[in-house]
Order: sequence, then structure tokens, then C-alpha cells
Amino acid sequence: MNVSIPTLLSDTEITEIDAEVAHLPTPAAAAIDALKIVQEHRGWVSDGSIKAIAKHLNMSAAELDGIATFYSMIFRKPVGNKVILLCDSISCWIKDCDGLQKKITQQLGIKAGETTADNEYTLIPVTCLGACDKAPVLMVGDDLHENIDEKYLQALFSNRPVEDE
Amino acid sequence: MPIIQIDGQEHEVDTGQNILQACLSLGLDLPYFCWHPSMGSVGACRQCAVVQYQHAEDEHGRIVMACMTPVTEGALFSLTGDKAQRFREGIVEALMLNHPHDCPVCAEGGECHLQDMTVMVGHRDRKYRGKKNTHHNQYLGPLIHHEMNRCITCYRCTRYYNDYAGGTDLAAMAAHDHIYFGRHEEGVLESEFAGNLVEVCPTGVFTDKPLVHEYTRKWDLQSAPSICTSCAVGCNTSPGERYGKLKRIHNRFNADVNGYFLCDRGRFGANFVNSVNNLNYPGSRTEDGRFNALDQQQALLKMAEACDTNNIAGIGSPRASVEANYLLRTLVGADNFAPGFSDVEQPLVELALTIQQSSSAMIADIKNIESADAILILGEDVTNTAPRIALALRQSVRNKAYELAADLGLESWQDSAIRTLAQNQRSPLFIATVGDSRLDDVAEERFNLAPDDIARLGFAVAANIAGEANLGSDDELQQKAKNIAKALKNAKRPLIISGTSCGNSALMESAAQVTQALCNADKQPLPLLSMIVAEANSLGQAMLISDNAVSLSDLTARACAGALETLVVLENDLYRRGKEKDINELLENITNVIVIDGLDNRTLSASSLALPAANFAESEGTLVSMEGRAQRHYPVYLPNAQRRASWHWLLACLKQMGRDEVTEIECFDDITQACATQNSSLSGITTAAPNHQFRNIGVKIPRQTHRYSGRTAMRADISVHEPKQPVDKETPLAFSMEGLNRSQPGSLLPFVWAPGWNSNQSLHKFQSEVGGQLKLKGGTAGTRLLQATDNSNNIALFESPAAFKALKGQWQMVPRHKIYGSDELSVHSPAIAKLVRPAFVEINASDAKKLGVNDGDGVDLNDNKGDKLTTLEVSINDSIATGCVGYSVGFIATENLLAGESLVLSKAENWSPSESQQAVSSGVSDV
Ligand code: SF4
Ligand code: SF4
Ligand code: FES
Repeated sequence: MNVSIPTLLSDTEITEIDAEVAHLPTPAAAAIDALKIVQEHRGWVSDGSIKAIAKHLNMSAAELDGIATFYSMIFRKPVGNKVILLCDSISCWIKDCDGLQKKITQQLGIKAGETTADNEYTLIPVTCLGACDKAPVLMVGDDLHENIDEKYLQALFSNRPVEDE
Repeated sequence: MPIIQIDGQEHEVDTGQNILQACLSLGLDLPYFCWHPSMGSVGACRQCAVVQYQHAEDEHGRIVMACMTPVTEGALFSLTGDKAQRFREGIVEALMLNHPHDCPVCAEGGECHLQDMTVMVGHRDRKYRGKKNTHHNQYLGPLIHHEMNRCITCYRCTRYYNDYAGGTDLAAMAAHDHIYFGRHEEGVLESEFAGNLVEVCPTGVFTDKPLVHEYTRKWDLQSAPSICTSCAVGCNTSPGERYGKLKRIHNRFNADVNGYFLCDRGRFGANFVNSVNNLNYPGSRTEDGRFNALDQQQALLKMAEACDTNNIAGIGSPRASVEANYLLRTLVGADNFAPGFSDVEQPLVELALTIQQSSSAMIADIKNIESADAILILGEDVTNTAPRIALALRQSVRNKAYELAADLGLESWQDSAIRTLAQNQRSPLFIATVGDSRLDDVAEERFNLAPDDIARLGFAVAANIAGEANLGSDDELQQKAKNIAKALKNAKRPLIISGTSCGNSALMESAAQVTQALCNADKQPLPLLSMIVAEANSLGQAMLISDNAVSLSDLTARACAGALETLVVLENDLYRRGKEKDINELLENITNVIVIDGLDNRTLSASSLALPAANFAESEGTLVSMEGRAQRHYPVYLPNAQRRASWHWLLACLKQMGRDEVTEIECFDDITQACATQNSSLSGITTAAPNHQFRNIGVKIPRQTHRYSGRTAMRADISVHEPKQPVDKETPLAFSMEGLNRSQPGSLLPFVWAPGWNSNQSLHKFQSEVGGQLKLKGGTAGTRLLQATDNSNNIALFESPAAFKALKGQWQMVPRHKIYGSDELSVHSPAIAKLVRPAFVEINASDAKKLGVNDGDGVDLNDNKGDKLTTLEVSINDSIATGCVGYSVGFIATENLLAGESLVLSKAENWSPSESQQAVSSGVSDV
């Protein structure tokens, strides 16, 4: 799926970025915030966005890309409307997150790193969502789901037809 | 000096070192990756682990990183302790998880620091059997080859490229096991110093692309100590040859000239020596205008015959050796010898010499430059006129950071701590140039002014330092000058840089005046002065002619008066030195035009007798760099075909003629000696390097490594008998693998290698730590011919010029130098030719509007008689001072322009940019 995204920053994005820059010693210090802002608006950060943000913050595209690619929550490839972050760290692993991942694949037809054909979900395993006491956990978009089991998963994505593999 | 204990042995070490430095200085083998002597420590690779014990009773100790641990009195360490050894082996094993097993096809193989360290730690068997990470390699331009899978994440590349060299387009991407070192997207690396990545990266990630395409292993290369001839800095190089071809240039360490680094023009530009446009045989022009090949003896007889006249003149060359120029001057007589500069440049180079000879300031070498804590540049775009100096200036501005660090008691090698501490605080650098320059990003302030106004700024600064009112300069200029003067006065070691590149003497004089004002303020250590000239031996030429200077136009006048029968041109394309019509006039009025040169050019084509000159890699010669350092280069291999060193042709001719001056001269060293005796400013050149009788503990110094292979096989298509290796009677070096490449004088180091250290990191085995400064054990190469003199009383005082005002309807032509394109020979290197942009004129937007031109349009440049000199592509650059036009100097399309002249510009009709492509010299054709 190729969503064409304008490379120029929008006025809203610029206003929001500048608000961050305002209370920092140098524009480049707002790099992470700026990446988050653009991702918020566009879902991900394209090469074009990297160049536009870098220019706005008076830094080089390489330097900004170094930061963008360092953080796994900055998406440098297109993702679906909602990102499923499935924790595979130690507690969740003990509680069989592997099984859950298989289930998700069955239900949505996507493996780790893939996006559903209707562009609704992208599945990304992560190391720790900070809720080990309620393992296994996952996030869908901004919502945290705790103590997941198969039934829960079934219900979570019940509005979707099961996809053929 | 503190005493530390290593494995039970006491050692005295230098204060301020870290343990890794201390161990290497002591000659101990301690593996490392990320530390670099010029870049300090960050503790990234964990390879230099040693055990440190708290006290004598401590039996366990703990692992510390040697490169991050300062030496302290009485500290106890172990290198060989089991714990440290296992740790270091483990690190290499971990690095090897993802490292491909591709040494046989890797260009680093055989001189790879990772190979060396792997062997050194004793890691042999790979236990890991899983999949390895693979990466996509990027296209990084014609100079650097990228092979990312080989990376061991030591971070040296980004630390060098960004932190040290000021690049912005290379970065560490991503994290942990998929970390990636490259550009945001594919494309040519922007830094002019990218080539050093080849030597900085300890693995085969960044390698020399031209070498990769015509590959030879280090152990099969033949090398000799050499000097870069692509500008006047005189960086020391180690060229490598195989099959009669130059394969690559590596840095040759010289603490005072280039340290560990070269610029890309120097590293990749020397390939012109392999050009298909080389002149290989002597030839004479026949009646019908064609050239007939001659053998050496015939050519020599012809030359001697033509030279047997009183109506003779010679034109030397600032790119030829002192010896060749000296012999030509001897042949034609001092009254008939022009040094080969243009009429504009000649007085400027002479001025550069007089200023430096009479200045009470210290003439700065690179170490001095790096120690400067306030800098004023008058007129030079240093990155393009003396590239290596620009890299040094990027270090000088960090002196502020080191000051802050010293206040906190941080050692100077604590690299990332000091960078974090200083952030963007820098020592002040003021740049006054005609337009933008590549150092602007680290400048405190830059001023884009016409050359005369740069001079006025300089004079105002000088007056301000001297506490005099500088009448005639406006308030704005005064204010600027006041700031600069204050910074220079407050500095411990101010540095003034100027040079000949603007074609303006006033700004050079103003630099002299500022420096003198600082000297008069009794500064200790002495203030620093650096004068940039254009070519490898420009300053040597000025020294040679100091008693009697004849100019090119003098000779043209004589030729036109019919007073010249024979002209000998030495390694000089005269069409680069004057207007086409003037050069034509000179050459057409002389019957015998004898040209000695190596690479085809227009002057050679206009000759009646052409003699093929050996290039720098095929001959010995002394060159005097911009700081007045006499340095010797040696033949790496014997000249191909019938090429001979220029001094060889000239000496043979003089002998043939039976001239008295050469009866005593039997070899190259005798020429050097004769020149030194007869010319007092050049008297030091004999000590630039030992003479040919020198032996290293009784034996010669080998040009070939002792693993040099295939001496029979490589010519098996011709004969299976290995011929006797050529004997080198002229130098202490041998065309052989026998001899001793150790403990020799610094000027005689052909390549570095030490047991267990096959990579260039073996250099430390040739270095000693002297007062915190790494030097070669054999002493620094070269001899300084300029010394600071206390002349404060008889120093000439110069006067400030009037403010610049463009003549009505005219623009002042100001040279814009380009690292790729402005130098005559390096553009004949295919890799460099790819980086040369088309010839251009630069003009600011409001001036462009007046002319009615836009970016990409063509303009005709006409002299005030209305004659069209050339047509060039317009590039709008708002930094260019109003009334000035910058032009790409040194390009074929701009040969007809003179620095500083005023021209009439008009929009070119029916201009198509393709026309300007021809701006690139013919070098492109030999790809
Ligand atoms: S590319 Fe080379 S220098 Fe850079 S981190 Fe990797 S191994 Fe080190
Ligand atoms: S700075 Fe000059 S001498 Fe040094 S490598 Fe570059 S071109 Fe050669
Ligand atoms: S050299 Fe010491 S940690 Fe890399």
C-alpha cells in the first residue's frame, strides 16, 4: 500500500514543533518531539518527512535519521491505522505470548511487522510495556489490554472476519 | 612522571595519558578498536580490557577499559592476566557473530585491524552457527566503497566523519544488532576528507573504491616515502604501486604536516600518473606539424643543439622539484629564467615569502595551527585552497572545549565527555572571504567582502590592536575590527591566515600587519602566521628566484622583439598562466620550444621538441611547502617507457653541452647540494632527507614488504625468468624486499608494518611519545627553511587600500577555488573528475538582477575592449560580495580570466549548459 504523503510540514505540525523548540536551548533538541508530532499526524515518518523536519530544526537529515531509527516507536515505514504492540518480554513469555502471537496471525492474517490488507492493523512485538504484573499484555493503538487470553483476543478482534492464510 | 605497574613490571609513563596509550608507547601489544590517537577515547568497543588491582593484596582485581583509565601514580594493572585475556577474546568472538567470513574477497584483507586483533586475542574457532545479519550497501560516490556487513560497531567512522571532520551526512542508524553506519540515503559523501574513512575504519566497511576496482593486497604493493603534489600543504604520503601502476595513496604520518589524515584531492587525485594521456616517448615536430617519436639520445642531442645559443630562456614550474628548476635556471641563466607563475601570481608568491621571512611571528605548522585559540582568516577558502589546513582548523576551534575540560580536570582524550561539556562553544574563528566558505559552520563570524575591503578590515584590526585610530574606515568596519582585535588580543595563541588565492596583495599585507601588531604586544608563545600559496613548490620557486625575478610577460616581450630563439618549458602548461593570446604570442615567436612534461597539455602540443617527464611517483625531488618545509619524495617505481625525471633530462643536456656548472654533479644529491650552496634561502634543502649514501644499520630500506609475492609470476607472460631487481643508485631505498624498514629517519619510511600489526595501526610501533606529542622515532620528516626572526624594527609597514567600488558597468573577477577542479593534475584522476562540477560564475541575486540573469543562464565575459573571453554558467550565490563575480579558477573554461581584473558581463544568447561541460579537463576521457 502506497499512501502518498506530502513532504512539507503542515502548518499545524510546524506550530506544534515550534512550541517544543521554544523551551529548548537549540532547535535540534526538539528532534524526538518533532518526530512524534509528525508521526501523530501521519502515522509514520517518511524519508521526505525526515528531510523536512531536519531542515526545520537546522540539523542534517542523517543526524535526524540516526535518532529516528534508534527508537523503535518511531515508524520509518507505513503502519496500519492501529499498531498492535505485543509484549514478548520475560513475564509475557512465561504466560505464552508466543501462543497469542500465533492466534493474532490466525485471526488477522498478519505476521510480525506486517499490516492487514485493509490497512487497519500492524503487528509489532515489543520488549516490555511496563505492565508485567498483568502479563500477558498488548496494546492496540493507545489502549493497553491486560491478562489477555484466547477468548479476550477473539472478542478484541471479533468485528473482523477471520482471514484466510 | 607517574610510575605504574603492568604485570609486575614498573614503567614510567607520561602524565595525562590513558593506560592504552601508555601500553602502546611502551611497545606492549594491547588490542583496541575504537580509540584513535587523534580522536581520543569513548570506550565503545570494550576491546582494550585490562585488569586493575586496588592494591598489592588485591588478588582479583577488576576489568577496566584501558583507554578510559588515566595513568595514576602507583596504579597496578595486568594485561596478560587470565581474566583480561578471556574478556578480550570474548569481545572478538561476539564481534565475529555477525562478521562475514569474507576476508579473501575483502579489500581490507592483509591490512585489517580486525584480523590482527582477532589473531592477537587468540580467538580461533567460531562456535556460532546461526544466521548472520546482512545489510544493504550504499552508493557513497566515486571514492568510497561501502560494505556494511563487515561493521563491528566501533563508531570510529561517525566520530571521525562528523565530530572530527565536521561532516553531516554520515550517521549511526538504528540500534543494537541492526545498527547501520551510512547516509540518510545513497549519494556522494559530502566531506572533502571522506577518504580517511578508509584508514580510520578498522574493518573493510569503508574501502578505497578505485583500489577495489584494480585491486592489489598491501603486501604486494611497492611503496616509497612521497609528498602530495596537489597543493602547497605538502602532506606526506605513501603511494603503493604494482604492475607499473599507482594503486593507491595512504597517509604517511608527519606530526607537523598532516598527522594521520589527508584530503580527498590528495588521496584520490594522484591517479593522474596512470593517465592514458601520459607522454611516454620524446618526440619532435616535423614540417607537417606531426610528432615523430625519438629515442632518448637523439632527443638529447636535439635539445643540446637547440640550447646552444645566447638567445635562450626557460620557464620553470611551481609544481616541479627544486632540483629541476635549479638545473633549468643553470641552463638558461638567472636573467633568462621565469619561475612559471602568472604575472598576477608571481609578485604575490614573492610577497608571501618576504612576509614570512621578515615576520617576527611563528610560521605555523599544523601542530601550531591546532593549538591556536583565536583565528582570523583573510581571503582564503581554506578547504578549497589548502584542504588539510581546514581540517586542522576544525580542531583549533575546539580549544575552547579543552579549556573548559581542563577547568574540570578532564583529560584531553575524554572525547565524548568534552564534547558534551562544550556543546557548541568554540574558540573564535573569524572568516573574511569574498563568498561563503566551507568552514563557515564553525566560524564565530564571517564577512563576505570584496578583496580590497577584506584588506581594509585587516588593517583596521591591526590598527585596533596597536591602539591607533584607523582613519578612513567607516564605523561599521571599525566595530567589526574591534571585536576581532579583542578576541585576538585575549587569545593565548592567535593565528592569522591569508594567502595568494584572491589575487590581491593588500589583504596579504593586512595579514602581515595584524600579525606584527600582535607580535609587538609581546605575546608568548609567539603569535602564528600562515600564508597559503597554490602549488607544491610555489614557495620553493619564490626562494629560487629571490635574487632575480623575470616574469612571463618579460619573456613574451623579448620573444616579440625577436630576441629569443629557444625556450625550455619545464612541467608547466602555460595556458593556465596567462591569457591565450599572450601565450600564443610567446610561443609563436620562438623557433625552438622545448617542453619537458609528463601529461599531455596544450603547451606540450605547441612544442617543437617534447621530452617525457617522470611524475612524482617515478622520480625524486625536493618540494618546499607553504610553511617553508623542504621535503623529499622518492620514486615508488622506475619511470615507465622513456620517461625520465626532469632533472635527469636537464642534467644530461648540460653534460652533453659540456657545461662547467655540472662537471661536479654526478647524481641527484649533487644537484641538491649545488642548489643549496648557491642559494642561501634554500641552503637547508640538503637536510630534508638523508642522502643516497645513507644506510639503515648497514642496509638499504626496502620498498617492498617481505611478503611481496609473484615477482616471477607477474611477468610470466613475457618470460619465466625473474629479472634482477633494478638497482637504485640515487636513494637509500631499494626496489626489493631485502633491507630494514625499522628505526630509520622519518623521511625514509615507505610503509608501516610490524609483526602482528599488518594494518596501518602498526604506525605506533614507529612512534615515540615525546612531551605528549606523538612523533616518529626517526624524527619528523623535512626541514623548515623559515624561522621566526626578531625583525620587529625593520618590518615594512603597509597601507590600507581604498574602499572597493566596482567600476561602472563592470565586475571584479574573484577566483573561487574548488578542491575538485582547480588543480591542474588531480582532475586527470578519473575518480576526482567525476566530482568536478561544470565551470561557473557566482554572483549575488541583486547583481544577477541587474544583469538580467538567473541560475543556469550563461553569461559572456568580455574585456573592456569588447572582446569575449569566455562564456560561463551562472550560479546565484547570495554570499558573494556586491560588485564581485566569483569564477571557478583553474578550469579550462576559465583559463582566460585573470584574478582581480574588471570585466563587462552580459547575458549569453542561445546558451546551453552542455557547453560548460567542457569545463572539465580532458581527464574524464581516460575513465
Ligand atoms: S563502519 Fe567501520 S568504523 Fe564505522 S563502526 Fe563499523 S567498523 Fe567501526
Ligand atoms: S591538503 Fe594538499 S597536500 Fe595535503 S593531501 Fe590535500 S591536496 Fe595533498
Ligand atoms: S579501545 Fe578501549 S573500549 Fe575501544
